[in-house]
Parts: sequence; C-alpha cells; structure tokens
Amino acid sequence: MYDGKLIIPGLLIFLVLMISPILFNGLDAGPVPKPEKPVGVTKCVKSAQYMRTSHMKVLDDWRDETLRDGDRTPVEIDGVKYEKSLMNGCLKCHTDKKKFCDECHVYTSVKPYCWDCHYVPKETF
Amino acid sequence: MLEKALTGSNRYWGWIAVLLAFMAAGALSYVQQYNYGLGLTGMSRDVSWGVYIAQFTFLVGVAASGVMVVLPYYLHNYKTFGKITILGEFLAVAAVSMCLMFILADLGQPMRALNVLLHPTPNSILFWDMIVLNVYLFLNIFVGWVVLTAEKKEVAPPKWIKPFIYISIPWAVSIHTVTAFLYAGLPGRHFWLTAILAPRFLASAFAGGPALLILLCLIIKRVTKFDAGQEAIQKLVTIVTYAALINVFFVLLEFFTAYYSNIPGHMHTLDYLFFGLHGKGQLVPWMRVSTIFGIIAIVMFLVPATRKREDTLAIACVLLFISLWIDKGIGLVIGGFVPSPLEEITAYHPSFQEIMITLGVWATGFFILTILYKVALSVKEEKMIS
Amino acid sequence: MDIKRRQFLKIAGLSTIAGIGAPAAFNLLLKGETSPVSYASSGGSAEASHDDAPAGVRLGMVIDQKVFDANIGLAQKCVTACHTVHNVPDFGKDNKKDAIKWIFEVPFEKAFTNKSHYHRNAHLHDSDFLVLCNHCDNPPCVRACPTKATFKRKDGIVAMDYHRCIGCRFCMAACPYGMRSFNWRDPRPFIDQTKHNKEFPTRMRGVVEKCNFCVDRLARGLQPACVEATGNTGAMVFGDLNDSHSKIRKVLDENFTIQRKPALGTQPSLFYII
Repeated sequence: MYDGKLIIPGLLIFLVLMISPILFNGLDAGPVPKPEKPVGVTKCVKSAQYMRTSHMKVLDDWRDETLRDGDRTPVEIDGVKYEKSLMNGCLKCHTDKKKFCDECHVYTSVKPYCWDCHYVPKETF
Repeated sequence: MLEKALTGSNRYWGWIAVLLAFMAAGALSYVQQYNYGLGLTGMSRDVSWGVYIAQFTFLVGVAASGVMVVLPYYLHNYKTFGKITILGEFLAVAAVSMCLMFILADLGQPMRALNVLLHPTPNSILFWDMIVLNVYLFLNIFVGWVVLTAEKKEVAPPKWIKPFIYISIPWAVSIHTVTAFLYAGLPGRHFWLTAILAPRFLASAFAGGPALLILLCLIIKRVTKFDAGQEAIQKLVTIVTYAALINVFFVLLEFFTAYYSNIPGHMHTLDYLFFGLHGKGQLVPWMRVSTIFGIIAIVMFLVPATRKREDTLAIACVLLFISLWIDKGIGLVIGGFVPSPLEEITAYHPSFQEIMITLGVWATGFFILTILYKVALSVKEEKMIS
Repeated sequence: MDIKRRQFLKIAGLSTIAGIGAPAAFNLLLKGETSPVSYASSGGSAEASHDDAPAGVRLGMVIDQKVFDANIGLAQKCVTACHTVHNVPDFGKDNKKDAIKWIFEVPFEKAFTNKSHYHRNAHLHDSDFLVLCNHCDNPPCVRACPTKATFKRKDGIVAMDYHRCIGCRFCMAACPYGMRSFNWRDPRPFIDQTKHNKEFPTRMRGVVEKCNFCVDRLARGLQPACVEATGNTGAMVFGDLNDSHSKIRKVLDENFTIQRKPALGTQPSLFYII
C-alpha cells in the first residue's frame, strides 16, 4: 500500500471519532424512555405498536385529508370519535407533551417542527 | 485537472484568501439570518423581494451570456472565439451557482427547498426556472470539462459532446426567458407585466455578460501568460455594443408605451425610479447613475479610439456593467414592488447582514470562477509552453 | 415519513425527465390540458364575468359598506375577532415591516385603485373599507406557488398549507391585492398569550399566511369569525355563490356591488356594496 503510514492512522482516527459518542457514554444507551400514557384511556386510533413507529404518517395523512381534501370526518374507533387533529385530537388525551412526546423525541434526538406552530392547548406556547 | 487549482503564485493565494474571508463573513451573517428569519433583511410586507432576488435575476443574465461566445464558435465556426469559449462556459457555471445560492438565501424555509421536487408543480414558473437553471449548470460544467480534458490531452473533443453543446445554446436563451416569465406573468404588477421583459432581459444580459468577460480577459492577460487576443476582444466589443443599444431601445419602448398611453399604473414605477413619485424617489439617484454610465459606456464603445485602447475599453466595460447591474440588480426587482397593490410607496434599505450575505455569495461565485479559470488557464499555459 | 426514498427518487427522476420534455409540457400547460390548477387558458373576458363559474359550492362574501359606515367601530371588531381567532401576531402600529394582516381597513382609493376618485361621493372620503383575501376563482397566487403550498379547494377557498410553504414569496408578488403576509420572524412573542385561541395553531417564521375564510370554523358549522363579529347587522353576508337560493345571492341580486380590480380576470369572490 502506498502511503500506508498516513492512511492507516487516518482511518483509525476516523473510526475513533465515529464511535466516540458510544465510548463517551460508556457503552450505555441511557435509560429507555417511558412515555406517560393517558390515565383511563386504553385505546388509540391505531395499535400502540403502529403508533410507535408510524404516528408521523398518521399525522401527515390527517393533515392532507383535512387541509387539502376538506375531509374532517372524525376517526371512529369502537364508538369513540377522534378529531383528525394534533391539537384538538391527539393532545386531548395525551395532555402532557413533555411526558409523552418529548420523552422519546429527546431520547432519539428528533426535533419535529410540529411545535413551531402547534402547542398543547392546556399549556401556553 | 482540479489539482492545478492547488498550485499558484502568492498573488493567487492572496486573492483566494480575500474571497474566503468574504465567504466566511457572508456565512456568519447567514447563520444570523437563519436563526432570526428573513426579518433580518430590509425586506418588508410591501417590498417582499429584495437584493437577493435582484442579484439572482441579474446573474441569470450573466450566465446566459456565455452563449455569446459559444454560439459564434460552434454554430458559425468563428475560430477566434475557440480560445475563450471555455471562459464563457465557466463564467456561466459560476453565475448559475450564485443564482442558486441567492435563491436559497431568499427562502424563508430553506430546509424545505426540495419540496419543489417533492411536489412538482408545472403551473409555477419557479418550478421551470429551477429545472432550466440546474440543467444549464450541468450542461456548462459537463461541456466545459469534457472539452478542456480533450484539450489537455491534445486531442479533438469527442463527437458525442456536440449535442450537449447545441442544446446549451437555446438553453441559455431559455434560462433568461423563464426568469423573465417569473415577473412578466403577474397580474397587477404593471412594471413587470410587459411582453418585452424577456427580450429586454436578454439584450441587457448579452451586453453585461460579455462586458464582464472582456474585463476578465483583460485581467487574465495581466496575471497569466494567456491572451485572448485583440480580435476576440474586439468581436466581443461589437456584441456588447449591439446588445447595449438594443437594450436602450427596449427601455425607451417601455417609456413610450407608459407615457404616451398616459395610463397611471404604467407610469408609476417609471416615475418612482427615474423622477420620484409623490415626492418619494429612493432609487432616483441610482437610476440616473445607471443612465449616465450607460450612455458614456456606449459612446466609448462606439468611438474607435476609446474602444481599441485597453485602458479606456476597461473603463467602458466597468461603466456598462455597473449601469446594467443597477438597472436589473436594483431597479427592476425593487421598483416592481412600488407602488404596492394598495398603491402605497414603501422604501427598501438592505440591512448590514443582507449586504454581507450578498457579498458572500458573490465571493463564492468568484471563488468558483477563480478555481475553474485557474484549471482552464493552467491547461492552456501548459500547451503554450510545450 | 409518508414519502419513501424510492418514491422520492421516482418523483425526482420524473421531474428531471419533465425538464427535458419541458417545451412540450409547457405547450400542454398553455392549452390548459394538464393539472386542474392550471388556469392559464380559462380565459373569459378581461372584465371578469362570473357566468362561467364552476359548478358545485363556491363560497363568497358581500361586504355592505353602508352598514359599516353606520356602525362606527364595527370593522375594527371584525379585524380583532379574526386576528384573535387565528392567533395573528401584532407587531404594533409602527412596525409596517413585519406586519401580518389577514383583514384590515384601508381608504377607498387604496382598496379600489382602478375606480375613479374624481369628485367622488363624500362618504367615500372618510370611510375605510375592509380588505381580505378575495379567494379568487382564478387565483394568481396558486398559479405561482412552486409547491402547491397554496391551493384552491373544491369549495373555492384559497387555502395555505404552512407545512409545505418554502417561503419563496412568489405568491406575494403574484397577488394583485396585497393580501398576503410573510412571517419575517418568529410570530409567537407577538401573540397575546392571554387571549390567543387555544384550538388554532400559530405559524412559524419563514412562511406566508393569509385569510383562510375560517375553513376550520366552517367545518364546525360556524360562520367566519369576521361575519360572526358583525352580529345581525347584515354588514357581511357569507355563503355559496352558486346556490341561487342562498342569502348571498339574494343580496347580490338586489344590490349594485363592485369588486377589487375585476379587469385582472382573477374573479374575486368578494363583493362590496358601496
């Protein structure tokens, strides 16, 4: 290999830099987030597993349906009607954004821009 | 070939350092703008486009003007331009890059810029502008690089490059036409709502762009061993002169239609730009400088004594470039917003950060131009030595 | 998110191909054969008539200036109602630069720039007119938007999707009525926290906003906030322009109305009784 003296240390430095966050945290992923579920409610619009992975898709679809198609008919699950809305739907049950949304979002370092416009009706923005 | 940009004289590195300093200052200002929002600029509810979009519009013209050396060489086999076609193409690359940067700098939500691709909307002229500009950028990089590589290897350019060259010629016209359509199709903005906007854009582009190219050739002659040659430069002067005269003609047509028809909406912006409207005329001094510089430059181009001498020619080119830059880079875009749809007159003053970002983008453009010209000229110098 | 990488690449690829086929596609567009939002050819006479209005619901509004003139302060009540309900920030009277307005008052000569102002009726000198988005049938802003962030709904409302807006402000240049505002900075610090509507979002900086004809209130069977604010004065009448039995049609049949800049062919859905 040409310039091996430069390339191999370079690669090593790169590798260390890349895994430095893991090393920095002592190979520990930290406490697993425990989003607080609303009390007294057992059902959501979809299964917990689906919501965990695809709640953003639900929100995207709802947005396009209500805003673009003007279809605001509530989602009905087992006789319970849910408004297709983040503020006036989801957050009606999940009243605590900090203990529900932020719990995972902070852990995974996801910063959705929902909250630039939307807010928890019970809180001020 | 890019490695040729990594070796150079102290003067070369000094110039690069100056550009990098401006780029850094621009980037810092952009971070501020990104964090605060576009309110950091001087733009307002009434004058909702400012220096960024104005520079964008002007630079689309500079980019399109590359065709003024490409066309005579490839379509009319005008050999004299063979030496400088690459300079025209690389100038186009730098100019289009600046255009794209100015658009990005102007977006309220730059992170969503790709929504234009994600939700393609053919009824929006901006969608087409995005397409024509990006394709033009690609065409010029591609053609320039392939031809230059062939030149380096001292072989004829491959035959398959020809279609790309031929496409690039009408494409150059298309980028400035589509850019004019951004303005010329808007109801209720009388100053822009004119069929002659696209031809006028092209005329001013084919004057301003080659004027810049002449200046670049004169600078290159001083700092490198490359000389575009008296004949090529004088031919460019001819192109500039005709285009500048046609541009003046088109502007006068605007004046005629507005003032002879006497329709207030058609006169308002011209009044505001050149004479002052209801006592307000923020841009009047600028437009008058533009007019005077333009006239002096055209006279200097017409008089053989001043156009043949390099120093006076350079002055004429600088004057014309400033004249056209004011006309399109300030007057056209900002003037179009005065009066507003509610017939209010709002002044616009770019903020410090806005000016720094603008300078930063220009510096980035010149950085790209310097690198590309360095590569091209190193190849040409090598050939001259051997 | 909803668009997978593969889909994205498909669209990106298709738009590149679209670029190569630009001239042909452009021709199609000019003939009005492509998207439903292409109005380039819907033509009509320059002085817009509403005879060729599409079938279905078309929401519109009549503003009766005589009632507003008789009820001083009523117009301001409409403005306050709208701006409170929609959490429109207030940057103060002196800050024209950042100003965001969905509905506001302007003198006659600003609202109706193409009408004669020579020896005009005395009351036109002192009365202020409410202006808001005209919800044009042929909206230039929708034509200009490169992302369909602003679009026309089936019921004629010209709506905004703030999630999609890239903030290019092409729509602001395109609107001949000056009814669009841009969020030059974060609007939240300028919204009255004690009065804001807890069921309506705010906007973020970097997007364009405007009147939405209270599309969310309509969905709940309510009148637009400004109309509600006029109470039973009849100062504003809101309804379906295509329904020959609607109250708004009755008002239009019985009164002489004018529109803002009808010569531009945008076909506004707002009418004014002078």
